[in-house]
Amino acid sequence: MADFSTTVKDIGDVSVIYLNGFLDAHTAPMLENNFSELINKNRYSIVVNFEELAYISSAGLGVFMAFIEKVRENNGDIKLTTMNDKVYNIFDLLGFPLLYEIYKSEDEAINKFKSLK
Amino acid sequence: MKTRKSKIKRLIVKSRTDNLSSIRNFIREFAEEIGIAGNEVGNIILAVDEACTNIIKHAYKSHPEGQIIIKLKYSDKKFTILIKDYGISFKPEQIPDPDLQKYYRQRKVGGLGLYLMRSLMDEVEYVSVPGKYNQVSLSKKFISNP
Repeated sequence: MADFSTTVKDIGDVSVIYLNGFLDAHTAPMLENNFSELINKNRYSIVVNFEELAYISSAGLGVFMAFIEKVRENNGDIKLTTMNDKVYNIFDLLGFPLLYEIYKSEDEAINKFKSLK
Repeated sequence: MKTRKSKIKRLIVKSRTDNLSSIRNFIREFAEEIGIAGNEVGNIILAVDEACTNIIKHAYKSHPEGQIIIKLKYSDKKFTILIKDYGISFKPEQIPDPDLQKYYRQRKVGGLGLYLMRSLMDEVEYVSVPGKYNQVSLSKKFISNP
């Protein structure tokens, strides 16, 4: 079994999804569920913390593409933080930094939402 | 005359996404045995994961009983991975390079895996015999390796 887990924490109006382990075609549905649940609760200010993510394939990248428009239509955003170089390189290779804000720290991403208020 | 290090290994798995982690481990162990480490291994593992994910989703349409045969070969400083399936045939030339802006509008992603495979490996080659089998060959050359 691929080793992957997520934790969701609400910090004020911002929800942070913490990723842990290996995000591939097998585990991507878990992350899809996290996004669906947040959207059902009308929580559109989302930060994804990649600090403990060891691996991502295109199936994992696809999850971010699937939800970003819906979130932005509702004046929210999905901001990405604390990626290791290996994971960042894959995002970069596919041109994701043009579509997503990527921050070095979780606080920076959360504060970005707060500064919009 | 210099002796050449040459090695071959094979893995057969069912077309299920929960086998992706054992496929990745299989590649990692083989790479360690032939002395390849670091980022290069990570890139090869990702390319093989993408190829197998495409087979599971597209060749076998997520049917879990299909067969995927992975053959690894290291010879003359070249790492070659042959991946064979008996699913629906595939024409890679019909898959355009990904356009993220378009995906953004359409909310769906396609072709990212193939693009990654082509970016991460030196050669990606498809052979498809409709009604019989498909085989993708991924290879990478290691100049400084034994």
